[in-house]
Amino acid sequence: MIFQTFLLKYGEIGIKGKNRHLFEDALVRQVRYALKGIDGEFQVHKSQARIYVDCEGDYDSDEVIAQLKTVFGLVGICPVVRKPDEGFEQLKKDVAAFVDEMYPDKNITFKVEARRSRKSYPLNSMEINYSVGEAVLEAFPEIRVDVHKPDVMIHIEVRNEIYIYSQIIPGPGGMPVGTNGKAMLLLSGGIDSPVAGYMIAKRGVSLEATYFHAPPYTSERAKQKVVDLAKIVAKYAGPIKLNVVNFTDIQLYIYDQCPHDELTIIMRRYMMKIAQHFAGESGCLGLITGESIGQVASQTMQSLAATNEVCTLPVYRPLIGFDKQEIVEVSERIGTYETSIQPFEDCCTIFVAKHPVTKPNIKIIKRSEENLAEKIDELVKTAIETVEVIEVRQA
Amino acid sequence: MDVYLDNSATTRAYEQVGDVVRRVMCEDFGNPSSMHYRGVDAEKYIKEAKENLAKILKVQSKEIFFTSGGTESDNLALVGAARANKRAGKHLITSSIEHPAILNTMRYLEEEEGFRVTYLPVDQYGRIKISALKDALDEDTILVSVMYVNNEVGSVQPIMEAASIVKAYNKNILFHVDAVQGFGKYHIYPKKLKVDMLSVSGHKIHGPKGVGFLYIDEHVKIRPILFGGEQQKNIRSGTENVPGIAGLSAAAALIYKDLDQKVAEMRNLKAHFIEEVMKIPQTTIHGLYDETSAPHIISVGFAGIRSEVLLHALEDKGICVSSGSACASNHPAISGVLKGIGAKREYLDATLRFSMSEFTTREEIDYTLDTLNELVPVLRRYTRH
Repeated sequence: MIFQTFLLKYGEIGIKGKNRHLFEDALVRQVRYALKGIDGEFQVHKSQARIYVDCEGDYDSDEVIAQLKTVFGLVGICPVVRKPDEGFEQLKKDVAAFVDEMYPDKNITFKVEARRSRKSYPLNSMEINYSVGEAVLEAFPEIRVDVHKPDVMIHIEVRNEIYIYSQIIPGPGGMPVGTNGKAMLLLSGGIDSPVAGYMIAKRGVSLEATYFHAPPYTSERAKQKVVDLAKIVAKYAGPIKLNVVNFTDIQLYIYDQCPHDELTIIMRRYMMKIAQHFAGESGCLGLITGESIGQVASQTMQSLAATNEVCTLPVYRPLIGFDKQEIVEVSERIGTYETSIQPFEDCCTIFVAKHPVTKPNIKIIKRSEENLAEKIDELVKTAIETVEVIEVRQA
Repeated sequence: MDVYLDNSATTRAYEQVGDVVRRVMCEDFGNPSSMHYRGVDAEKYIKEAKENLAKILKVQSKEIFFTSGGTESDNLALVGAARANKRAGKHLITSSIEHPAILNTMRYLEEEEGFRVTYLPVDQYGRIKISALKDALDEDTILVSVMYVNNEVGSVQPIMEAASIVKAYNKNILFHVDAVQGFGKYHIYPKKLKVDMLSVSGHKIHGPKGVGFLYIDEHVKIRPILFGGEQQKNIRSGTENVPGIAGLSAAAALIYKDLDQKVAEMRNLKAHFIEEVMKIPQTTIHGLYDETSAPHIISVGFAGIRSEVLLHALEDKGICVSSGSACASNHPAISGVLKGIGAKREYLDATLRFSMSEFTTREEIDYTLDTLNELVPVLRRYTRH
């Protein structure tokens, strides 16, 4: 079946009152972004609470659908057969041909649901429903009508042209990216943080990211892996500015000055501070982490509190109540899993103690941090000044 | 300073190799199987390459078969010969420190095709135990495969001794040598060594990647493992990689030019490197480091530093080396070879391989030593506990 148009349905943003057009414009923008890299020419326009993508040229429907499934805010993607209006008799034939091709087994019940946005059309919606349904039954006597619970709902929209569709492919839901400000994702090479970024972006938030690199303890490949992950997340979230911070000297200084079992917590407090600095610089309204309660020593309730204590911006932890398996499932679905499991060490594990504190006491942690007074401000300043910025776009 | 000490992973191609590869790709691009003059011209490159390589090995040119490299040569030798001779017996012998191209092929023959494989243990210097070989031979044995130079620690195997023992036991048992790390460093004469098959790779001798050859003695019964257009006497189907073959041949000719002198220089550098590196405390050399070891490979353990960390720290100073063996280092499993030679635990994940070529200079070695002296004490301060 060749589809000429995709009708896109959106849910939540329909109810946003006076701001509705802002959301719709953002959605149109995101649809265009998603279709930019693929073959074909696409006209994206909105009309009556729907978005239409008219396709021209050498496009592949499956590829178009795959791309549209990355656009937050879409709840349904309907592949449409678009025909010029050549009279009602022809319309009946077109619908019968549509049914024949879409449902070759004919083992279905159906109902016709017409919508007449061109009010000058000679028949009204009820008349179209009735007559087209009759024509389909005549063409394929083995098919039955079921007006209450049809297997297939055949939608006919009478606009300047005739739109016929029956499939509604679920979209990712959420809100269009760019409608809810921006947040700073602490991105590591693991499974969790890309998923956390995805989930916040799904609510319409644009992303920026910070990665802590610790050469020579972490390799160039580990950094490339993070760039690759950011690229995958950018398919959904739009372009991501990735700040790569060289964290080695800070880490070694903490190692020299503080108790070893507190290393991870103190290190994470400095990561938060640095990420927060970049967040402030670029107008991010919050931080995002992939933390989940109790997953590792640094994610116990006590550890989270100790890490959180240095943050003035809100910290969003969308995975906080997720089990690992649930996170893995999302990462597989969004395509980050394969990249995340490449075995390169990240900076959180290189000096990890055999028995890190699991119930850090903020007072004790702060006392340990006093040992850093001499040089830490200078080291943090240098780390910030020497940041490497990578503009990441979808792969 | 840029220092490349990872020549056992791959080498920089000779300029002349690049020239000939380009010429064959862009000008003399014919398919050797074509009947017109372009085909004839292309075939000439192959014929000359065979003659040149045969001369270096002192074998017949019809005994040279081109492949896609060391791995395919090893696969063809083991799988092809095992299948062709399985009526005579189903027992194969190899060493426990072979390259994965041998070990995984043996494992395949064991698990999927019902062969029995004996893996010979090695001594503390990484050489097979001859007594174990004698014990392993039985009337079911059809094939023995032992590498010439071990790629991780540079140990040189007693090929001549092993082959004569095998042939004395039963002259029909085939002897294969993976000479990927030995070719271009030693004068290797299969007929004299009583070796039936020998694998060589192009990119370890300053030639192109994706090309190599297998020497197969004319009396060896072997079956193809690839099926197609019946090129190369139907032992190895597929249009010949003419640019690669021409490049491989040129590289072989160049590397064997003044070989003894080049090897002597590498040995000097190796001795110097070892003498100096041993002055760093808690450092060890795996394998032997006298004249009986390979001239170009030095495997050094630095206790207390993860090899990956030291590797990246050296990289930061422009020095490229590898941890364990480059082929195995994508999956950071601990080296089977180091375990095999009984290296101490503290060195298993703390060993680097420095591998030289004829282009390695004294300045590069000294710079590397200076850098190690500077980095090792710093890196040892910071560890996981």
